[in-house]
Amino acid sequence: MSVDTLNIDPALVARVLELMSSHEATPNLNGRWQDQVILEVMPREVSVLDLGCGDGELLATLIRTLDIRGQGVELDPMAVLKSIDRGVPVLNLDLDCGLVDFADQSFDYVILESTLQTLKAPMAVLTEMLRIGRRGIVSFPNFGHWRVRFDLAMRGRMPMTRGLPYGWHDTPNIHLFTLADFYDWCGAHRVSVTEAYGLTDGRVHPLSAEDNLTAEEALLFLEGEPLP
Amino acid sequence: MSVDGPSHKPVHGPDHPQSVGHVVARKEVFFDGSEPLRLEAGGSLGPVEIEYETYGELSSRRDNAVFICHALTGDAHAAGWDAGPGGPLRDYRRDKPGWWDDVIGPGKPIDTRRFFVICANVVGSCYGSTGPMSVNPATGRPYGLSFPVVTVGDWARLHMMLLDRLGIDALYAAIGGSVGGQQALEMALGWPDRVRRLIVLSAGRRITAQGLGFNSVARHSIINDPYFNGGDYYGGEPPLMGLAAARMLAHITYLSEDSMGLKFGRRFQDKSGPEFTLTGVEFEVESYLKHQGESFVRRYDANSYLYITRAMDYYDAAVWGEGDLVKAAARIQARTLAVSFSSDWLFPPELCRELVSALCRAGRPATYVDIPSRYGHDAFLVETETVSRLIHSFLSN
Repeated sequence: MSVDTLNIDPALVARVLELMSSHEATPNLNGRWQDQVILEVMPREVSVLDLGCGDGELLATLIRTLDIRGQGVELDPMAVLKSIDRGVPVLNLDLDCGLVDFADQSFDYVILESTLQTLKAPMAVLTEMLRIGRRGIVSFPNFGHWRVRFDLAMRGRMPMTRGLPYGWHDTPNIHLFTLADFYDWCGAHRVSVTEAYGLTDGRVHPLSAEDNLTAEEALLFLEGEPLP
Repeated sequence: MSVDGPSHKPVHGPDHPQSVGHVVARKEVFFDGSEPLRLEAGGSLGPVEIEYETYGELSSRRDNAVFICHALTGDAHAAGWDAGPGGPLRDYRRDKPGWWDDVIGPGKPIDTRRFFVICANVVGSCYGSTGPMSVNPATGRPYGLSFPVVTVGDWARLHMMLLDRLGIDALYAAIGGSVGGQQALEMALGWPDRVRRLIVLSAGRRITAQGLGFNSVARHSIINDPYFNGGDYYGGEPPLMGLAAARMLAHITYLSEDSMGLKFGRRFQDKSGPEFTLTGVEFEVESYLKHQGESFVRRYDANSYLYITRAMDYYDAAVWGEGDLVKAAARIQARTLAVSFSSDWLFPPELCRELVSALCRAGRPATYVDIPSRYGHDAFLVETETVSRLIHSFLSN
């Protein structure tokens, strides 16, 4: 089967192959780059709900350095204990089983870092986060990245990258999507992306919808209650 | 809740470095002047004695007090060894330390090297605080059923007065399990500026209809014991059968189907098969419950059981918000840790979650953990390792 019959731009194929040949391995980043961005852009004394807060490191830092009102939610019991050790208020809940009863727009920010793609009902959680929060912050691995595309299209294998390090059988990522998919969803549901950052070759940069081929991971700030 | 507690764990003797050692309970007397205490349910009572124990030292800034609220049939003897066990109902203390000795002591999760720990008995009980077994000074005879109805709110208020006497303005933490958790919650709701941290284990805003049902059967069995005599039995034979049956029923509600299955299954007691007897003991579980009932009646007063279960029945934390739990929760200033246990069917996790939900809705920070456990309601005393870890961590910050 030729590339022409699939209506694929030969220039795109050439670009993927070029990227492929010019890259060795993705440089390793220490810690979560998303946390660094959030710490830099977050105003002082706001309220933050972190869905999937892990060991509570981000919230603890936000509470300590920016004097925010923080609340975490985490499923993993060991991570919950670490959050409590750090003095972070945390609810041991499964996001897929429904949150507790937070009031509408009761937090300035609701964070969902690297979690959306692991949920059984990502849309329900996304809708809930934008109901509870005045702004939402989501991060996710971009399934549209050229390395992912190459693995699947050329090698015929499920992709394994920095953001997607698991095998097909043990991955927690069950709802994979691309940056373009997510921008489409935002557009269709009148959710606006107010700020966006991407990770490319170990470098954090302002992101646009056009970076679907090159951004490995994305961090988006969202506003607006999604249309049904 | 069972102060008989889990018996499989090794206990420290009084000389162990992690034991608070021998302890002596103290008493404070309130309302011994002309004005009696006006109770929430409308009655009055005076004088009122409160028995309490303390462990550790109050700091010079008086900011390290941790108040422990005991459960249904508990007492002020939370840790260490009673220096003078014996006397009516207290003989059981010869063989075991206080009911939460696992958790309270030097180097334990509620560390008495750091905290001044107080545990006080509630009014209506039979462990030193004024109750139906106490002598009514007006008549010179035990109150019996002439003792007024008391509530969880009365318990909390009297214990706050005890803190006044001890010169403690604000608690570092109020902690309790089961109806003790409800009392701790009541303290945080009624005196928000006096409770800095709140730990509620296996409890919620109120008991369910099922819980009310269990309590009503327990009281029914006491009240209909042939020796009950309208609660006036102190001169003669007490209603032991009724009280034992009440405890046997209650004990089932503290366990779970799973834990009973594991502990006893359908095994026969000291025999390989049935004897086809209607009145004898056939199964291990029968023998165990019978033993629980028999040992309980040696350490508890039947009238107290009526008063304390009623207090539990009436309690609803939402009263502080005119029926709206969110409005009530908005009063709480304490940082709150709520813990439920998956197999608890007396205070199921949903009840705990309802409370946590109200805190969140009210914009209060909350920490909530649901611990997977097969031990039912008793889990808060049995799952010591997990509970200890949580309490230690929450109190550290």
